[in-house]
Amino acid sequence: MGKTLVEKIWDAHVVKRAEGFPDILYIDTHLIHEVTSPQAFDGLRKRNLPVLRPNQTVATADHNVPTLDQHLPIKEELSRYQVDMLSKNTKEFGIELYGLGHPYQGIVHVIGPELGITLPGKTMVCGDSHTSTHGAFGAIAFGIGTSQVEQVFATQCILQSKPKMMKIEVNGELQKGVGAKDIILYVISKITAAGGTGYFVEFAGSAIRSLSMEGRMTVCNMSIEMGARGGLIAPDDTTYEYIKGREFAPKGEKWEEALAYWKTLYSDDDAVFDAVLAYDAADIQPMITYGTNPGMGIGVSESIPATLAQPESEQLSFQKALDYMGFKDGDAILNKPVDYVFIGSCTNSRIEDLREVAAFVTGKQKAEGVEVWIVPGSKQVEAQAKAEGIDKVFEAAGFQLREPGCSACLGMNEDKIPAGKYCVSTSNRNFEGRQGPNARTMLVSPLTAAAAAVTGKVVDVRELI
Amino acid sequence: MKKFEKLNSTVVPLPIENIDTDQIIPARFLKATTRDGFGENLFRDWRFDSNNEPKADFVMNDPKYKGQILVAGKNFGCGSSREHAAWAIEDYGFNVVISSFFADIFKGNALNNGVLPITVSEEFLEKIFAEVFADAEAKITVDLEAQTVTIDATGDSFEFEINPYKKSCLINGYDDIDFILSHKEEIEKFEEERPFSFYR
Repeated sequence: MGKTLVEKIWDAHVVKRAEGFPDILYIDTHLIHEVTSPQAFDGLRKRNLPVLRPNQTVATADHNVPTLDQHLPIKEELSRYQVDMLSKNTKEFGIELYGLGHPYQGIVHVIGPELGITLPGKTMVCGDSHTSTHGAFGAIAFGIGTSQVEQVFATQCILQSKPKMMKIEVNGELQKGVGAKDIILYVISKITAAGGTGYFVEFAGSAIRSLSMEGRMTVCNMSIEMGARGGLIAPDDTTYEYIKGREFAPKGEKWEEALAYWKTLYSDDDAVFDAVLAYDAADIQPMITYGTNPGMGIGVSESIPATLAQPESEQLSFQKALDYMGFKDGDAILNKPVDYVFIGSCTNSRIEDLREVAAFVTGKQKAEGVEVWIVPGSKQVEAQAKAEGIDKVFEAAGFQLREPGCSACLGMNEDKIPAGKYCVSTSNRNFEGRQGPNARTMLVSPLTAAAAAVTGKVVDVRELI
Repeated sequence: MKKFEKLNSTVVPLPIENIDTDQIIPARFLKATTRDGFGENLFRDWRFDSNNEPKADFVMNDPKYKGQILVAGKNFGCGSSREHAAWAIEDYGFNVVISSFFADIFKGNALNNGVLPITVSEEFLEKIFAEVFADAEAKITVDLEAQTVTIDATGDSFEFEINPYKKSCLINGYDDIDFILSHKEEIEKFEEERPFSFYR
């Protein structure tokens, strides 16, 4: 019997398998950041253990950093302390840190790929659920808790039971104005925020194949929003072309060796998946969420579903979500007013996202009363945007181009959306209070966000391009 | 990690679905660099209003409901991988969370902190809610060795599943690092025999 792509990579990393125990799985690369690592470093000290493989660990500061005046000391005391702790800990344990001020600093899931650290066939973990992003390269990548961060520090391994396998195919051609973000919001709206729990998802089909690496990262990034442990896409020429020549990518003979192996990384024709779902790309419209979990999404031309149409056990939670959002059963989502637009996060802050937004807003102005924050995913993305003159386009449109970090995606720093305000956001979560206490989030693609920024309301971007 | 064996307690019912880790512990409270004190901010924005006054209509502010067992709607703990959510639950005083469905990462984090997540059928979950809303003093017995959860008053019982390795960790108070480190030679052998030099 053939193997799925996940099984091929998984089996190549099993250090020890025993009946009744989770596998001991070897981890090639461990990414860390300031928020979920300090307690793990403390644990090592208590046990008097070193980091077993510091050269397979990379650190950056992203969750808690300001996105203005990064050259100055961080004003907020607790944030500054946490970022300082990361510097101290990485120094003590011999780990490379791309901290504030470093030209490689950025959101951990943006810098891994852009530096050529993320590679097909790897196992990668990070104390962050959006680690699934790296699956776009055909890697097994997933988020872990802090106890597991400590495990990986101490052993370069993790205890993990092999997940079930799901394949999600999206075939056909996308409509104009519809992109990777719309695909994944559509899929999650179909299978719900819990529909992928227990699974590792392989995304396949012609619509997925036709995406750029950055689009594929957007899709895999949100695998966790359907509960899946991770998502991945088999590597192909698009993948190799993206990786080749990047800072830490294999070079020369090693590149040839790598390429030969990577070409074996696909699910065999007779591989067995525990679940297979298929969607038609042509059915997907620009998507938007109306509730408080990422599964509560609809096409922009659709109306908010009725509470009574939900299963009885879910009606209370559904109504609570609509009340929080200030929406009613059957409301059209089109023309809902927008106060803030946030373009950023590990889902959509890469150079292609910024280019797409800039191309759309060139010659346009932000709508009156709307605040627009553009937060690039990394220093490299920021530098590239400036080199291409994209910063000037944003400035002319009245958009604020800030400095890299997780920012208003989770509102850990000062980038918070005020209570009751509506934010159209390219991030990944619309949970209650996610972007600030009582903030109301609507998740969309960068293009739909750009359209909201210039019109001040939810619009169908297909009519504006 | 402290040992877990048997528990008999009243429960706090939270019949809401898809409770995500941002509700359990909002991101602005993740700036601490130790594991202590998160219980204070457990369900912060549901428990307190913007003036830090307790919200009277939230179940945890109702003195009727207390105990070491939290019972919640399906897909509990979805969202962020923050272990702070498990720390907050443990620190507040819950040793067991019962739901009909848990998000994967949260489940692992809870187990790594001596908090037992018990998955029951939707039917059994409804029975617990019905019992507790009828009588706030209703008690539940959790027996990890026997893998059962029982509503004391009715005798209704549910046999739950748990990975046998994780079960023995909880009962003995062991953690994963001790276990993995006992295989250190195998890890080094794996590294030596690994064919792909381009990953290092």
